[in-house]
Amino acid sequence: MNILVCIKQVPETTDVKINPETNTLVREGVASIVNPFDMYAVEQALKLRDQYGGKVHVITMGPPQAEQALKETVELGADEIHHVCDRAFAGSDTWATGWTLAAAIRKIGEPEPIDLVICGKQAIDGDTAQVGPGVAEFLDWPFIGYIRKVCEFKDGRLRVERASDFGHDVLETPLPAVITVLKEIGEPRLPSLKGKMRAKKIKAPMLTAAALGLQDKDLGLKGSPTVVSKIFSPPKRESHAEFLSGTPEQIADQLHGRLKEAMIL
Amino acid sequence: MSGLKIDLPTCIGCLQCIDACPFAALEQFETESGDTKVKVNEACTLCGACVPACPVEAISLEKPSKDQIDATQDLASYKGVWAFAEQRRGKVCSVSLELIGEGRKLADKLGEELCAVLFGHNIRAQAEDLLFYGVDKVYMVDDPLLEHFNGSPYTRTMEALIRKHKPNIVLTGATAVGRNFIPRVAARLRTGLTADCTGLDIEDGTRLLLQTRPAFGGNIMAVIRCEHYRPQMSTVRHKVMKEAQRRDSHNGRVIEEKMPDNARDCRVTLIEVLDAMESTINIVEADIIVSGGRGLGEAKNFSYIEELAQALGGAVGASRAAVDAGWYPYSHQVGQTGKTVCPKLYIAVGISGAVQHLAGMGSSKTIVAINRDPEAPIFQVADYGVVGDWKEVVPAMIKRFWQR
Repeated sequence: MNILVCIKQVPETTDVKINPETNTLVREGVASIVNPFDMYAVEQALKLRDQYGGKVHVITMGPPQAEQALKETVELGADEIHHVCDRAFAGSDTWATGWTLAAAIRKIGEPEPIDLVICGKQAIDGDTAQVGPGVAEFLDWPFIGYIRKVCEFKDGRLRVERASDFGHDVLETPLPAVITVLKEIGEPRLPSLKGKMRAKKIKAPMLTAAALGLQDKDLGLKGSPTVVSKIFSPPKRESHAEFLSGTPEQIADQLHGRLKEAMIL
Repeated sequence: MSGLKIDLPTCIGCLQCIDACPFAALEQFETESGDTKVKVNEACTLCGACVPACPVEAISLEKPSKDQIDATQDLASYKGVWAFAEQRRGKVCSVSLELIGEGRKLADKLGEELCAVLFGHNIRAQAEDLLFYGVDKVYMVDDPLLEHFNGSPYTRTMEALIRKHKPNIVLTGATAVGRNFIPRVAARLRTGLTADCTGLDIEDGTRLLLQTRPAFGGNIMAVIRCEHYRPQMSTVRHKVMKEAQRRDSHNGRVIEEKMPDNARDCRVTLIEVLDAMESTINIVEADIIVSGGRGLGEAKNFSYIEELAQALGGAVGASRAAVDAGWYPYSHQVGQTGKTVCPKLYIAVGISGAVQHLAGMGSSKTIVAINRDPEAPIFQVADYGVVGDWKEVVPAMIKRFWQR
């Protein structure tokens, strides 16, 4: 089974803040990491490869330094990496990103068809969860999102469990297909020594807009229906908690009273 | 070519933009005459964060002109606000009523009609009932394939309805269902979709939908517009908007639509729909959540959390630490890599309040924190704090709250 995983390099979210005086983003040595959800996608891909054979391809779309994120997946055991990188892609929203990635996946699948695309549920910087389903639509492949377990692959069909807001659903899809996975699929493995050695030497081939045969009107800012018109700090929560004290019974009593007053109970 | 432009004669070399860039894409350099200036490198993603940071307006983000893009034709023919009414086992979900409540405001401001869209099987009564919540029309599609959620039939039916009726705005709940299928609809329609909005408004003058949403784990809010493409689509966070109230009468009507043929060609098969135990109420829908964290010490202590939740008629949440330790299932995890919740009351027991946790519950209306450590960050967002041992306080609370 040839599997392709889409990953994104993201800033470590917790470090990004807004300066309340100037109302602009403040970046204090923001470290770049592989989006945590994508690590589960890589893990799922490696598991399937270990079980059914084939190759794990990993792609990312991003500036030159995003190659580092690709190398991290090689440390874990990914076979091939591809870097979708071009100034023309800058400013892409989820539509333009999905469109570009789909073109890259088609290209990568030319010599050897890709059977399954796995994405993390969402990236922690944008939290949109929209690129995976978009890629599926542009490829015209079946899509199942929010997978918590890949059960088995039998007679050409993949059986999975999809988390719902109320429990879970069991579904089956033929391949090729696109899926997005949750944390429940299992902890990502640790880098191997062999993987680390390989990652040091490996270079990711660059896939540019021209190489993918893409048109300007579908790329980057031009290809993006949505535009950020403003950013600001979220309204600050007043940080003066009322501290309750006394015996446990007194505390429970006070809390009960406050919540009743506030019409919560 | 669109891009980020820095007007060097205007740039005063104050370097504030460098701090503002989340991607380290701006660098200082020295001109031949020895002035400090800033240039942009290849890491730039055109996010625009540096533009407002510049005190002398030397930075600008060139936007593509309309003839350079693949805009929707005939924008003015798109009219009306749609709210997707999600149902589960024939019951309309509460988020749908929130969308109708919010949709009404937007529709009134635009002077356009508000329509609900309901998919399911044997749902005529539910469609009729939605009219009482103040919608002008309900587009109903009744088909056995739509009874339970399956991506392709939902995607293609919605796409067909939108192509036929051309709504201006389409709102969907940011639920597991909504976020599964509506991005596919937007992709097929070649239009914009803004995820997980917490604020919606109509811009004066342009009459565009202003979509406010948190990004970077809630550290930053962004306002998104979709100027040249229709419909303008958003998924909306649960529990943020007010539910529409039921009225005694209505002037609306139900319009029955057919599922398109291409929606029947469904490659994914739904084998089984399994609901979790009753004790695991969907935490996103809960008005009251009691959450436990690492401070509980061991898995069995979650029984206290469950009992307190029961006494309050609420749901059980858990911090990432508690989930990672295997004390409680992931479907209950609150926070950045779990669920985002916005209940009326959130009680955090033994949770220190890491930024990632706060990102998932910080917009709760009232927050109660119980923790041994008076310095725990959770107290910074709490309305009521108890510094002490949960083992003493929680049993007393259980007793008190059972009495109501």
